[in-house]
Amino acid sequence: MIARVSVTLKPGVLDPQGKTVQQALESLGFKGIKQVRVGKCIELELNHGKVASAKRDVERMCEKLLANPVVETYRIEVKR
Amino acid sequence: MKFGVVVFPGSNCDEDCVDVLRDVLKQEVVALWHQETRLHGCDCVVLPGGFSYGDYLRTGAIARFSPIMRSLAAFAKDGGLVLGICNGFQILLESGLLPGAMLRNTSLRFICRYVTMRVERTDTPFTNRFRSGQVVRMPIAHNEGNYVVETKTLKALQMHRHVVFRYCDADGQVTASSNPNGSTDSIAGLCNAAGNVLGLMPHPERASEPELGSADGRLIFESLINAMASA
Repeated sequence: MIARVSVTLKPGVLDPQGKTVQQALESLGFKGIKQVRVGKCIELELNHGKVASAKRDVERMCEKLLANPVVETYRIEVKR
Repeated sequence: MKFGVVVFPGSNCDEDCVDVLRDVLKQEVVALWHQETRLHGCDCVVLPGGFSYGDYLRTGAIARFSPIMRSLAAFAKDGGLVLGICNGFQILLESGLLPGAMLRNTSLRFICRYVTMRVERTDTPFTNRFRSGQVVRMPIAHNEGNYVVETKTLKALQMHRHVVFRYCDADGQVTASSNPNGSTDSIAGLCNAAGNVLGLMPHPERASEPELGSADGRLIFESLINAMASA
């Protein structure tokens, strides 16, 4: 079972890294970029048998450690 | 007065804190390894600067789960004095002992230079030796000093005077250009509601001997000694 957690800054939180990446892309000639937000991807390989219990556990991991609830939000994807 | 300086894997300012407390201020100091669960009768515990756990995941995110932090939370709840410096401040935020969070400096640069701060409160155990509004000079050295907090909480912090230090210019004016990292409301240091836990980004232990450029930081340690002496 693989869980992929995507941790990103909450909307409204200033992301200077995202802005800088956007400027770099634009200076490379890419057009039409409205916004860039930079986050992190955490991959967990789990021994769980059921997707539901894996999702539940990973959600608790996010709440406890993987994301800082003050400024970050997360998305979980679980696949066999 | 007995001070404890916690050492996490990756802390690198612990020895400076010990040196200042023991050799400059002649206090009893013990180093507390992060896996300890006892605080050995310390009156004040310092969380020093550095890169605990390599700043992995988020700065201070893993250190906050060290065994000693549970004892520290109980100690703080009982009114024990806790001083978090730089990474120590970040650990206090991650552990919820202080509200808010740290983001990367808006400049995206690691900033290592002197800053001036204004002392906003002198009625705390950390600042009773300062004058209200005093402009002090201490060095910062950090990549994540951009303090953020929910608007509702910020209003409460301001109203209840939990902001203890603000970045300012040499004349004591709080301005955008004197804010090195984009920190909300130019907050450089704040305390909890009870006033016994303080976190600040600048390094007072690097500003405790005039030969090194400033001795303003020493006043924080002297305030603590003063507070304990009159306790």
